[in-house]
Amino acid sequence: MKNGKKRSIKAFLRDWDAGRFDLDAAAAEPYSAAPEGESAEGTATPEESLPRRDVKAYRAVYPLLAAMLGAIMIVFLFLAVLDLPAFGKAGNPSENEVVRRYVESGLSETGAVNIVSGVILDYRAFDTLGESHVLFTGLAAVLILLLELDGKKEEPDLGLIRMKADSILGTAARLLIPIIVLFGIYVILNGHLGPGGGFSGGAIIGAGLILYAEAFGYEGLERFLNFRSFRIICLAALWFYSISKCYSFFCGANGLHTVFTTGTPGRILSAGLILPLNIAVGVVVACTMYGLYSLFQRGRI
Amino acid sequence: MAFSVNFPLFSIVLCFMSAVLAALISGRAARAVTLALCALTAAGALILMFFGIRTGAATEYLMGHFPRPWGNELRFGILEPLLVLLFSLVMLLTLLGGRKQLELDLEKSKSNLYYMMCDLVLASLIALSYTNDIFTGYVFLEICTIAACGLLMIRQIGRTTLAATRYMIFSLIGSGLFLLGIVFLYAVTGQLLMPDLKAAIVSLWANGSYRTVLITGISLVSIGLAVKSGLFPFHFWMPDTYGYATPSSGGILSGLVSKGYIFLLIKLVLSVFTEDVFYKSGLSNVLYVLGAAGIIVGSIGALMEKDVFRMVAYSSAAQIGYIFMGIGISPDLGMLAAVFHIMTHALTKPMLFLASAQLSQAAGGKKRENWLGAAHFNRAAGAAFGFGTLSMIGIPLTMGFVSKYRFALAAFEKSELIVPTLVVLAASTILNAMYFIRVLVVLYSSPAEDKPRVRIRDQIPFAVSAALLILMNLAAGTAAKPLVGLISRGLGLM
Repeated sequence: MKNGKKRSIKAFLRDWDAGRFDLDAAAAEPYSAAPEGESAEGTATPEESLPRRDVKAYRAVYPLLAAMLGAIMIVFLFLAVLDLPAFGKAGNPSENEVVRRYVESGLSETGAVNIVSGVILDYRAFDTLGESHVLFTGLAAVLILLLELDGKKEEPDLGLIRMKADSILGTAARLLIPIIVLFGIYVILNGHLGPGGGFSGGAIIGAGLILYAEAFGYEGLERFLNFRSFRIICLAALWFYSISKCYSFFCGANGLHTVFTTGTPGRILSAGLILPLNIAVGVVVACTMYGLYSLFQRGRI
Repeated sequence: MAFSVNFPLFSIVLCFMSAVLAALISGRAARAVTLALCALTAAGALILMFFGIRTGAATEYLMGHFPRPWGNELRFGILEPLLVLLFSLVMLLTLLGGRKQLELDLEKSKSNLYYMMCDLVLASLIALSYTNDIFTGYVFLEICTIAACGLLMIRQIGRTTLAATRYMIFSLIGSGLFLLGIVFLYAVTGQLLMPDLKAAIVSLWANGSYRTVLITGISLVSIGLAVKSGLFPFHFWMPDTYGYATPSSGGILSGLVSKGYIFLLIKLVLSVFTEDVFYKSGLSNVLYVLGAAGIIVGSIGALMEKDVFRMVAYSSAAQIGYIFMGIGISPDLGMLAAVFHIMTHALTKPMLFLASAQLSQAAGGKKRENWLGAAHFNRAAGAAFGFGTLSMIGIPLTMGFVSKYRFALAAFEKSELIVPTLVVLAASTILNAMYFIRVLVVLYSSPAEDKPRVRIRDQIPFAVSAALLILMNLAAGTAAKPLVGLISRGLGLM
């Protein structure tokens, strides 16, 4: 480094970008880590990923190109938006036989008063099967990044970020949490009857769990929601979704009758699979929200 | 209806279930589950392919009780099962062959998460190949993106985390463009299922209304998928991403994940955008030019690289360029060449990554100068690397030769493309030969010092998987006609 002493943020970022930052020491190539230590020389010299000259040229051209590309994109998108049919007008191309059937026969075909639930959990349930696994995938990716299983067993110092002893927070939380969780359960269970469903209800319950952890610490929650039970709950919910929908798709594709019926629309136990699926989705969403929070705060669930 | 038409549904659900199960079991068990899963899906796809060949028609499979345009649907003929077969076989062999490196690179307590991500990638590749619904395509694109980031991040060294972040940013830009394109198309058609979307686009195009929206939507979808698969000028994340990941991940990401995106694009071009709109609006020319530029720029990048991993990764950028060039040439012969090249690259690149990892270990470094005579210390890896490079250059008897021959053949369909295509093919072949043969020469010259030898019997999994990949490559390279016939029948059914 030429100006070794006064390293500005810019220089720091430049080194990071060019791969000359300390990270490369951490990125010591494991393949060359021979036990005799003969590779010590190889890891000490930082890797030249790009010649300096190229970096300079790159830096001059890159912002220019990016600005041009952005300008072109903006022009194209504006032109396209101007050409779009007016929003929400009757007779738009998107008002066609697809939407008409959802609105007109959604109730009789799926049994769900809430047409949105009928569409996402019956007409287009395969998309939602994928979507609930997207959440799970995201959680697993964060697990890979942040989970600390071995070594650091002791609780990290959360004194600065957790207000366990805060009496205002504690009192408010004691009042609010039961209401939040109950409301979440209500939203999930009524997903086929009114606005709501697994995704929104699960998010509400997840928020309740996070508030609990914030106010009273994780110890209370861990009595029923430790890492093991957490994974079992996710497994049960997602397997239930996969298996029941696999059965339903199989029957639908092969022209068989399912054991699920639409029931009497408007009753709580109606709309076939939609209610159980809403519960499964809600459980997954609540778990994901709580899990992400816990992982980001303390590196485990 | 034969029972085998249910296999796509079963394989997707099984992939999901084993991914969720992998969270609860040990790394070894998760590994066994994943390998069995790959074998099962491969077998299912094989049976389904024979079903498609026998009936000679594509099957539309309802996902639920509602036909299109209301419910989700899958659709498969010959080509879709063929690609799923390829994807699951290559994933099986990549995981088998990279076992040693995986044990080195994975934290023991997290190795089950790695196989979970593999299951999820497989699920999304299968769904991307079979789907008949553009929005289902988007959902599984998301799963594929996140799982691919997981596969990268699992090797927790600084450089990989950085590369994964970069990969994620590019990939998410691609997904965002794709989603925006779907929104535009939906606004003027009101359809998401591919056949209905196609009908709507064709009628709108015929009476000339909403032309700007249509073109913008179609280009956003195509460019989104191109960004995700790393077409020039969006290929700069490649060297770091593929070069610093654990070799199995590098192989899966370059050989399979990017191919899943490209196959979705091919499917959309053939069965939604139609020849008229896509090829006559000039969009295909954009892909052609970017593809050709990508070939040259990727090859030059590889030529200037000292780190062999990064060199192999740069060569991936060039191969993606070939595929897009094929898509840009024409919807029949050009597309055929592109699909054939997808197979060539999927069978070759993972093997190159695995062999490079073995050789680096034997040589004690990833740089070319470390590799002096490394093939003498690890003969199996040397042979695999040597064969892989020959196939990449396009020596006759390998698949690489057949795909380059097919690209040249496709160019003769359009008189104005003959000269540029042939020039690009010739230049890239020379560049490929320059950077690959240089490594081969270093690899097989006499070593400066004696290093411990790795015998074949110490690395049977790698040797077996490399041998199988080489055999498949040779079989398809020497007797290319049946495979080409199969692909062209499959393209006809789409």
